[in-house]
Amino acid sequence: MIFDTLRQAIATEQPAALATVVAGEQLGAKLLIRPRSDPLGSLGDAGLDTQVVADALAMLDAEQSSVRDYSIAAGAVSVLVESYPPPPHLLIVGAVHTAIPLSSCAKQLGFRVTVVDPRAAFATRERFPDADELVIEWPDEALPSLRLDRSTYVAVLTHDPKLDDPAVRIALAYPVRYVGAIGSPKTQAARRQALREAGLSDEVLAQIYGPIGLPLGSKTPAEIAISILAEMIAVRRGKIGELRVAGAVGR
Amino acid sequence: MHDVLPLIDQSRAQGEPLAVATVVRTYGSAPRQVGSKMVVTQGGAMAGSVSGGCVEGAVFEECRRTLKTGQPKLLTFGVSNEQAWEVGLACGGTIEVFVERLDW
Repeated sequence: MIFDTLRQAIATEQPAALATVVAGEQLGAKLLIRPRSDPLGSLGDAGLDTQVVADALAMLDAEQSSVRDYSIAAGAVSVLVESYPPPPHLLIVGAVHTAIPLSSCAKQLGFRVTVVDPRAAFATRERFPDADELVIEWPDEALPSLRLDRSTYVAVLTHDPKLDDPAVRIALAYPVRYVGAIGSPKTQAARRQALREAGLSDEVLAQIYGPIGLPLGSKTPAEIAISILAEMIAVRRGKIGELRVAGAVGR
Repeated sequence: MHDVLPLIDQSRAQGEPLAVATVVRTYGSAPRQVGSKMVVTQGGAMAGSVSGGCVEGAVFEECRRTLKTGQPKLLTFGVSNEQAWEVGLACGGTIEVFVERLDW
C-alpha cells in the first residue's frame, strides 16, 4: 500500500520521502511523506510522526537522505528518511551556441533538458540531438505550460532582452531552484532595472544568478556550459552559500 | 532505488515475496551512499548493491533470513567488526544496512 503509493510517485515524478524506523520500538514502521498530501502510514507515535513529517519535507527539499535519532515516550528511535525528488530539469531559454554543450553536458549529469526559443532556425534537432524537448515558442508563452518547481533549473542565454527579461520574470514567479541569466554586469543592471519597473521586488531580483555561472575564467561555449552547470550543482547540493561567503559567486 | 525497481516490479507482479536491504548510515569512506538498495527475491534473484561488493554475500543471507522470519534487522559492517576478515569493507569504512521484507 505505502510502497504502491511511493512507486506511483516515482513513476509520475512527484516528490516523496519515505521514513522508516531502523532502531527502537516499532522496528520497520513506515511513514510516506509528500508535499501537499496527507502522510501515509505511521511510525507508531503521533508526536514522532508530526516531527518526522516536518524534518522529511525539509530533507526532501534539500534532496538529502539520512538517519536522525528521536526521543519518544517509548525510548530512543532512529528514523531513516529517504528522499525521492523528481529528476532535475534544466530549462534553457535561447538555442544559442552555448546552449549546445550545456544541453549535452546537463544530460550527462542526469538532467532532463528542454530548450525554448521562438527561432525555429536555432532550435533544431541537428543542433540539439541530446535535448529531451525543443519548444519553438516565445518564453512568455512556453514557460507557464512547462514544469516550474523545486526540481527546475532555468538558464537564460539569448542576450536579447525581448526574450531574456520575460523568461526571468516568469521563472521567478515559480518556486524554481535556480534562475541564471547571461550578460555582463552592465546587462545585469539594465535587466534588474527593467524587472524592477515591471514590479519585481529587490528581494526577488536577488534570486537571479547573473552573470550566470561560477567565475572559472571560461572562454569557450563548452567552458561556459561547465561554469553554469558547476553553479547549478553547488545550488543543488547546498554549497552555494559557502562559495558566496568565499567570494566565488558574483552578483 | 532506480536500479532495483525493475526486479521489484517484476516480483510484485508475480506475487513473489522479496526482501530489501538499504544503506542507512556510512562512516568513513564508503562506496555507496545512504539509501542505496539491494533486493533479493524468494526465488533467489538479486539486484542492486549496498557496498562495492564486500558485504553483498552476507546481506544476501540476511535477506533470505528475513524472508523466512519476517523480522527486520539493522546490520553493521566495518573493519572494527569481529568478522572483519570475512565481510569487512576494503575501503576501511563502516556501513549500517537495514534489511526488511517488502510487505508494506
